[in-house]
Amino acid sequence: MPVPRPARPIAAAAEHGPSADALLVQVARGDQDAFGELYDLVSGAVFGTIRGVLRDPAQSEEVMQEVMIQVWRTAPRFQADKGSGMNWVLTLAHRRAVDRVRSEQATVDRDHKAALLDSTPAYDHVTEQVEARLERQQVRRCLRFLTQLQREAVTLAYYRGLTYREVAELLGVPLGTVKTRLRDGLIRLRDCMGVEA
Amino acid sequence: MRRADSAGLHTATGAYALHALPDNERGSFERHLVDCGACAQEVRELQATAVRLGLAATVRPAPEVRNRVVERIRHIRQEPPPVAQYRTHRLRRLPRFVLAAAIAVGVAGGVAFWQYREAGDALAGAEHAQAGVAEVSRVLTASDATYTSGRTKDGARTTVVVSRERDQAVLLASGLPALPKGKVYQLWFDDAGTMRDAGLLDGDTRTHTVLMHGPARAASGIGITVEPSGGSAAPTSAPLMLMELPA
Repeated sequence: MPVPRPARPIAAAAEHGPSADALLVQVARGDQDAFGELYDLVSGAVFGTIRGVLRDPAQSEEVMQEVMIQVWRTAPRFQADKGSGMNWVLTLAHRRAVDRVRSEQATVDRDHKAALLDSTPAYDHVTEQVEARLERQQVRRCLRFLTQLQREAVTLAYYRGLTYREVAELLGVPLGTVKTRLRDGLIRLRDCMGVEA
Repeated sequence: MRRADSAGLHTATGAYALHALPDNERGSFERHLVDCGACAQEVRELQATAVRLGLAATVRPAPEVRNRVVERIRHIRQEPPPVAQYRTHRLRRLPRFVLAAAIAVGVAGGVAFWQYREAGDALAGAEHAQAGVAEVSRVLTASDATYTSGRTKDGARTTVVVSRERDQAVLLASGLPALPKGKVYQLWFDDAGTMRDAGLLDGDTRTHTVLMHGPARAASGIGITVEPSGGSAAPTSAPLMLMELPA
């Protein structure tokens, strides 16, 4: 199936990319006002990313604070040539959210795979919920161009913070297949959304 | 065989970009990334793609969160920018006798043995210095020893070996430029942003193997500065290099 390419770059990237980069440079020099501006620019996406994974609003706020403090602390290590500032911040946010989810699993039900399956809503429901929340039409549209398995695997991994092994178990699909679907699913999304890095 | 392995690793770019690799697989994939430029590029693109999934789910946090964060960062020190790239090698899983034997017989061949070789060099350097040999080698052969090494911008190679159990660190440096009269290299432990004196590199050799002064366990990194002879109580110049220690 041919994957449609976007007619124009998505607004989000164009709006956020350069100014998050510029603000990070100022933040790296200890500029607290610039940090406030950066917060205003990225906080919606950061919080959305975290809450998507964690669900619980109070916990999400906690992780949100940790992430923004980490952004402040490590801004001097941000390297613009390795990707945009927005990507850096959101990748960090997703990582922290996923770490939190996994540490909780580790303490609660690591030994009970069944519990993981039980506590995770059926995957079609997950996909639906996530899609309903998506504010950007393009992502929703591009997700539709994925095969069902690609879409399920990508959304379970990204929005629920599952490892590919957990995704494989949940979907009853071999490990290698899930790994491949995560990759070709993302590649298809990349091409559909015209993402460059 | 090798081909199949790297192809297997290559397909993990998607799972990696989604933070969906379990910890034990993430490490080996990241090592693969160092040598696979195409994979690194693909990871960047797929990470940027994953980020769009997050952007699509934008939700405004409560305004109080902003106030709390902005208030807190006023009291939080920022990390220094990276001076050079360093790699960490954890030796925890190597049995101590293997390392000791490697040093004893001077094993020198094979990529897999480079850590041993480096330890051997270090030991030779330590013997040459004729001081603290036993102490230095105990740190180098500690079962929990970790190596962090790299090059400074002017090409000097530095390696720090830390044993948290022994609470000691050994610094190995080679190729440090000679200093003008009245100047000396000083070592520092970085205690969460506060530099603590860890001794001087004396003599005018270009190769050093020294046991750093003071407890190493709590340090988050180490640094080297150029100071007036006799050293300073706190750094008076920008560091030549700063190395973060593995937690």
